[in-house]
Amino acid sequence: MEFDLGDEHRLVQSTVREWASSRLLPLAAELDRTGRYPPELIRELGDLALTGVFVPEAYSGGGMDTISYVIAVEEVARAEAALAAVLSVQNSLVCYPILAFGTEEQKQRYLPDLARGRRLGCYCLTEPTAGSDAGALRTTARDDGDSWILNGTKIFVTNGVEADVLLVYARTGEASRGHGISAFIAEKGDYGLAVGKVEHKLGIRASSTCEIVLQDCRLPKDRIVGERDRGFRVAMATLDGGRIGIAAQALGIARAALEDATAYAKERRQFDRPIAEFQATQWKLADMATRIHAGRLLTHRAAWIRDQGRRHTREASEAKLFASETAMWAATQALQIYGGYGYIQDYPVERHLRDAKITEIYEGTSEIQRLVIARHLLRNQ
Amino acid sequence: MSTGAEDRDVWVLAEYGGGPSSGGGASLRKITYELLGKARHLAGATGGRVVAVALGTGLSGLAADLGAHGADRVVLAESQVLDRYTADAYVAVLAPLLAEARPCLLLVGSSALGRDLAPRLAARTGAGIVTDCTDVALEDGRVVATRPVMTRKAIARVAFSNEGPRIAVVLPNVVPPASADPARTAEVVSVPVSVDPAAIRTRVVEVLALKRETVPLTEADVIVAGGRGLKAAEHFALLDALAAELGGAVGASRPPVDSGWVPHDYEIGQTGKTVNPQLYVACGISGAPQHQAGMSGSRCIVAINQDPQAPIFQVASYGLVGDLFRIVPLLTEEIRRLKTAPGG
Amino acid sequence: MHVVVCVKHVPDTEAQVRIRGDGRGIEESGLNFVMNYYDEHAVEEALRIKERTAGTVTVITAGPARAVEALRAALAMGADQAIHIQDAALETLDDLGVARVLAAAIAPLPHDLVLCGKLATDYNASIVGPALAEYLGLPQATAVSRLELREGSATAHREIEGAVEVLEIALPAVVTVERSINEPRYPSLPGIMKAKRTPITVRTLADLGLAPGTAGVDRRVEPLGLTPPPKRQAGRIIEGEPDVAVRELVRLLRQEAKLL
Repeated sequence: MEFDLGDEHRLVQSTVREWASSRLLPLAAELDRTGRYPPELIRELGDLALTGVFVPEAYSGGGMDTISYVIAVEEVARAEAALAAVLSVQNSLVCYPILAFGTEEQKQRYLPDLARGRRLGCYCLTEPTAGSDAGALRTTARDDGDSWILNGTKIFVTNGVEADVLLVYARTGEASRGHGISAFIAEKGDYGLAVGKVEHKLGIRASSTCEIVLQDCRLPKDRIVGERDRGFRVAMATLDGGRIGIAAQALGIARAALEDATAYAKERRQFDRPIAEFQATQWKLADMATRIHAGRLLTHRAAWIRDQGRRHTREASEAKLFASETAMWAATQALQIYGGYGYIQDYPVERHLRDAKITEIYEGTSEIQRLVIARHLLRNQ
Repeated sequence: MSTGAEDRDVWVLAEYGGGPSSGGGASLRKITYELLGKARHLAGATGGRVVAVALGTGLSGLAADLGAHGADRVVLAESQVLDRYTADAYVAVLAPLLAEARPCLLLVGSSALGRDLAPRLAARTGAGIVTDCTDVALEDGRVVATRPVMTRKAIARVAFSNEGPRIAVVLPNVVPPASADPARTAEVVSVPVSVDPAAIRTRVVEVLALKRETVPLTEADVIVAGGRGLKAAEHFALLDALAAELGGAVGASRPPVDSGWVPHDYEIGQTGKTVNPQLYVACGISGAPQHQAGMSGSRCIVAINQDPQAPIFQVASYGLVGDLFRIVPLLTEEIRRLKTAPGG
Repeated sequence: MHVVVCVKHVPDTEAQVRIRGDGRGIEESGLNFVMNYYDEHAVEEALRIKERTAGTVTVITAGPARAVEALRAALAMGADQAIHIQDAALETLDDLGVARVLAAAIAPLPHDLVLCGKLATDYNASIVGPALAEYLGLPQATAVSRLELREGSATAHREIEGAVEVLEIALPAVVTVERSINEPRYPSLPGIMKAKRTPITVRTLADLGLAPGTAGVDRRVEPLGLTPPPKRQAGRIIEGEPDVAVRELVRLLRQEAKLL
């Protein structure tokens, strides 16, 4: 059993950490304040193939494993959480399904540009009446002979404004929950596809979240990904990897909270000494560090099992559940350590709190993760 | 020639500015006075002479200044081939001089020339060499150098072996300069130079002076430096004004250089210059360890920053927490007022 | 053009440095090591030359086992080959000794240009570059901020006090680089994967034909030990509105610090 990172993992970690701390961290506060999406940084990440970490080199990807991916996402998230969300959607929710379920022609057509960050992708699953209950989605895709005609509205689409490759789930068969759903690739510029309402969010503000409206959207027949009516399988397989990615994002946010709070506690003096000397502060920091470490072990192990080619649904859920709740809790602790200054936007910790919250919600709420884990436990009784 | 006592002599490589190729008289650089001061001190302990050596053309005018500042003997090596510094020519001249003279120690200034020359000279002569010295002393019969290491997080002491030549490259603005005694004169010796010009493999095509009227940062007694808090290139004008009133030079931490607000020669820190002024005014500089490595030797540090948690306040002698855009002009004005006030 | 780049594996300049109990060095455990910052610029310059002239880039380091990471980082940036000189005797050598070892490794390789960073950020010695030039019998240019290559010679811009010296230098040569010479690229993921697969040549002093133990170079300086830097006297924050604080500052600088 080997717990140390291998040479190439350490190189990925130091490379992304160096990039994130010199190129991204100085912009983090401004990106959050203005909600500006930074295409120039995505391009740099694309040049390093971080927008397609596990896409094989044959398709211009990084050709690396899931552990490299989670390391990269955590390092980006430590600097700025929204860009980590963009990366995680791009890698897990767009590149992966095309890689795992797409035809060779689809892989050749989409993966190189996605892996190099030249095109951005997004994931259209959630609808106004289908959130946790994704199987209840109502967007339809009708077979019109030589095209598919899609109708419906997707909400909470991360990257929706900037993306021009969209993975869209629509109902092609029986209206019976999970069955009868198919996955499609839509492109901006397809007839009948439009960006709708753009949301103003509590956190991860530098990534766009919006509505995608499909009105008699016409897609060529070759845009279906995987088998017809078997799209729910694509969605679920995709979520396993996606959850590991979000766990990594949450770890990065938690680590930012811990590191910022630690630095602050060493500088801030009250009662003639740094507050880092008070036991109350020390205990908070110790608990934060321990939980982050535990979250990382869960996340890395889930990534490792995935890389072994074994089922990892439960481990992915455990990692995502634990890491996201740790991020939220750690950010709260960190803000408390900052005291009054923590409440002020000049200091980064309130942003960590606002960014952390979404990790408990998207790609499966904590409640859903608990159901997934319990189902696995009880099934094996 | 040999009197047997040379191995107690301390040699100093004299550095000068100006000279025939730049169309003016040569004059000694500040570092040379500092090296002479240190050499005098060491020679007092060894019982030897201070010998200053200068290479170039038209150098006779330097001898009096070198003598007045403590050289007992001045060795001049003059030849057209030495008109501009090249490693090949300088090593070719100095190596045999050292081999013959066998002094206790050769002091070289940590200038661009010194750092280029000394290691090569050491390799040629098999000398022990220590660079970035903040002090050189005689301890129990051994020459011991002190130098900062690890981004100035530790101080190292290094002893030269008893064998062979020794070269210490000394940081500028650290050791006190020798005082001048115009009555003091040195014995001047001209040595013949027989370097084959064909053996010189580098050639100075031109020297492009940077448009900075102030004294070089490494020699400055007062430095006003700006950091990320300056926010834009044009705000360095505020620091120019303050530096002008204080008679100092303007520098920067790394972020303004990375952002292209000021050129690289402004940079103070681990990836820039190390400075040792009497007064260092840090404006809008947070004070990361890499920056501190370049200026922590300053005698008095004034920090102006609006973040009370900035690490610079831990090393500042005096700190002002506030808006530098208000404070710096007020400070400039107050100093101007002081200078023009009666009795000021 | 065949370019050889010397790199050094040094502690991260951000790292908290702890002096060992016996004062004889620093505690390495728990310290993060990286490729020397200035060497990154040297590797980048070599890669740009390779891209312009279709040559090769070989990186070389003399250091303990962990130093292989500096080589992997250089390979990940795009270097073609890597040589690791690894020998217990390295620890006993001074900087001239290290330069001698590097020279022995470089001499038999095709080398039109040898690049190094102008100094390594652990000891700031900047001795190896010019010493290496001497041992290789090559001309040198140090603290170079711009390098233009031609057949048989190069033009180097050197940063000197208050000026830039434009130097013509015959090739092959040893050039040490300033950070202003270029902006180093980040290793890409495919680069990292390729670096993982590239075999690294390991050499001992004996392999290089050097006397084991001393490399044939006697140590001429001896480290006596490390001490922490002198602690600065705690300063004070001058309170008050800007105009009040400024007047107080000037008063203190005059009367207390005796500076104005």
